[in-house]
Amino acid sequence: MTELAQPTARGFWADAWRRLRRNRAAMVSATLIVLISLLAFIGPVLSPHPFDAIDWDHMAVPPGGPNEHWLGTDRLGRDLYVRTLAGVQISLQIGLLATLVSLCIGVAFGATAGYLGGRIDNLMMRFVDILYSLPYIFIVIILSTLFDRGNILVLFLAIGAVGWLTMARIVRGQTLSLKRKEFIEAALASGVGTASILARHIVPNVIGPVIIYATLTIPQMILFESFLSFLGLGVQEPQASLGSLINEGAQEMESAVWMLLVPAGFLVTLLTCFNFLGDGLRDALDPRER
Amino acid sequence: MLRYALRRIFGVIPTLLIIIALSFFVIRLAPGGPFDEEQTLPPEVKANLEAAYGLDKPLPEQFARYLGGLAQGDFGPSYKFKDFTVTELIAQGLPVSLMLGLSAVLLALLVGIPLGTVAALRQNSPTDYGIMAVAVLGIALPSFVTGPLFALIFGLQLRWFPVAGWEAGEYRYLVLPVITLALPVIAYIARLTRGSLLEVLRTNFVRTARAKGLPERQVILRHALRPALLPVVSYLGPATAFVITGSLVVETVFGLPGSGRYLVQGAINRDYTLVMGMIVVYGGLTLTLNLLADLLYGWLDPRVRYD
Repeated sequence: MTELAQPTARGFWADAWRRLRRNRAAMVSATLIVLISLLAFIGPVLSPHPFDAIDWDHMAVPPGGPNEHWLGTDRLGRDLYVRTLAGVQISLQIGLLATLVSLCIGVAFGATAGYLGGRIDNLMMRFVDILYSLPYIFIVIILSTLFDRGNILVLFLAIGAVGWLTMARIVRGQTLSLKRKEFIEAALASGVGTASILARHIVPNVIGPVIIYATLTIPQMILFESFLSFLGLGVQEPQASLGSLINEGAQEMESAVWMLLVPAGFLVTLLTCFNFLGDGLRDALDPRER
Repeated sequence: MLRYALRRIFGVIPTLLIIIALSFFVIRLAPGGPFDEEQTLPPEVKANLEAAYGLDKPLPEQFARYLGGLAQGDFGPSYKFKDFTVTELIAQGLPVSLMLGLSAVLLALLVGIPLGTVAALRQNSPTDYGIMAVAVLGIALPSFVTGPLFALIFGLQLRWFPVAGWEAGEYRYLVLPVITLALPVIAYIARLTRGSLLEVLRTNFVRTARAKGLPERQVILRHALRPALLPVVSYLGPATAFVITGSLVVETVFGLPGSGRYLVQGAINRDYTLVMGMIVVYGGLTLTLNLLADLLYGWLDPRVRYD
């Protein structure tokens, strides 16, 4: 006699995890992101070359030569493998940092506006609308005039600090629908204060959309860093960033095309993976949206 | 419609003023001035320079003077390009940038809408998958990667188009920059068109149109495509912002004498008036184009006028 499988009740997160695991593009992307991250932080140690050392005997050599420069060198004889991985490191760190900052501000701002409602909500969201109407890059360029060049950390704290607009809108929308729910009423009736309701009841319940949007914010922030560094407003020499490496590569592409292709390949792979992962998370956490 | 239009037009002016005020005060309140990097300046000379540019006056007075100048089309002197006013610099570069941007948006519409339509009409066919795969790639590749690649392939290898430079009236210099700038917009418009056309094709009025025996061509062109293009119209606002951002990169990559590079150079040199002028012009441009897209949408879809 065959036994029927016991139907087990699965929680929301277990369910979402199961759906995510079935999404091949998202899982491949997640694996690639982990591998690239590991490579970025461990890989440079394996090479005998520091990221800013000049090898006078091997200038602008192509990848795969009989020397120890696995991905070739730039026109100053600096190892491209190590420099590109250093760039990936910076991109990942900045992407995460700026996303974290924008997440904190966006969630706090959106939840407050949505929960308080009325005139305060109007005023707060009008402010968001105004910042929204200006191309984001302008705010970034204004900010980059304010800080010393090379102080990349401060610049990206600041960029995260203006990158929260969409997050605030999403969280506000969720909060509006949440605040009429019974459990909020119950909390109000038992005398919980506004700040505690926001922190204990509203914020934990908007975590799904916040995770989705945060995953999609990381590639945007990485793109911004590369964009600024490409224009010469971000990471400065001798530090390397994917953007500044692509800029150098674009100037040398006639004679040394690998200088363009190596960093560009890493950047495009990272961006695509984060976007696929974000899409996969959206499908997993919010199946209605399919 | 007129009331809606007037309300929207008057909504833009305070927004622009707030943007001008915010950027003016944020830039001025930051430490460091435009003459700080010329370290050899004796304090008396620096004081004289600042007096000549009105930088010694209190901030509110400087702001009032700046606004007064703006009203007359005077953006003030450039601190680094000393022989030029900001107005002259912008007037030089803006026509090139406008031509680049408008061509890109136009190309994106002319290519993106047909691609999306074809993909929707052949849903789940190899054609559909092919178009959508290219679209994903087009959105994922940033213009500072595609620009150099196009220059390498079509400029250096195949020698079809010039890699960089500019001669007024010579359109071949615009081909690669325009394609680079338009590519992500084409991809996005194709995806939007495909998605909304698929939805419209399932509606009752399309079934009615087919049932009464209209030829398929007419069903698509006259009945289905019109409502399906509404999302594309509302994307035109963000698209212009995207194109303006992209033009900064594309002008750098292809060495075009547009005004985008002034924003970058102004930021590198801390040339306040130049950065301010660019923000006023590009901010005003973005707001105006957004407004036009909104008005067009309101005209096409009367429902949005009454919210």
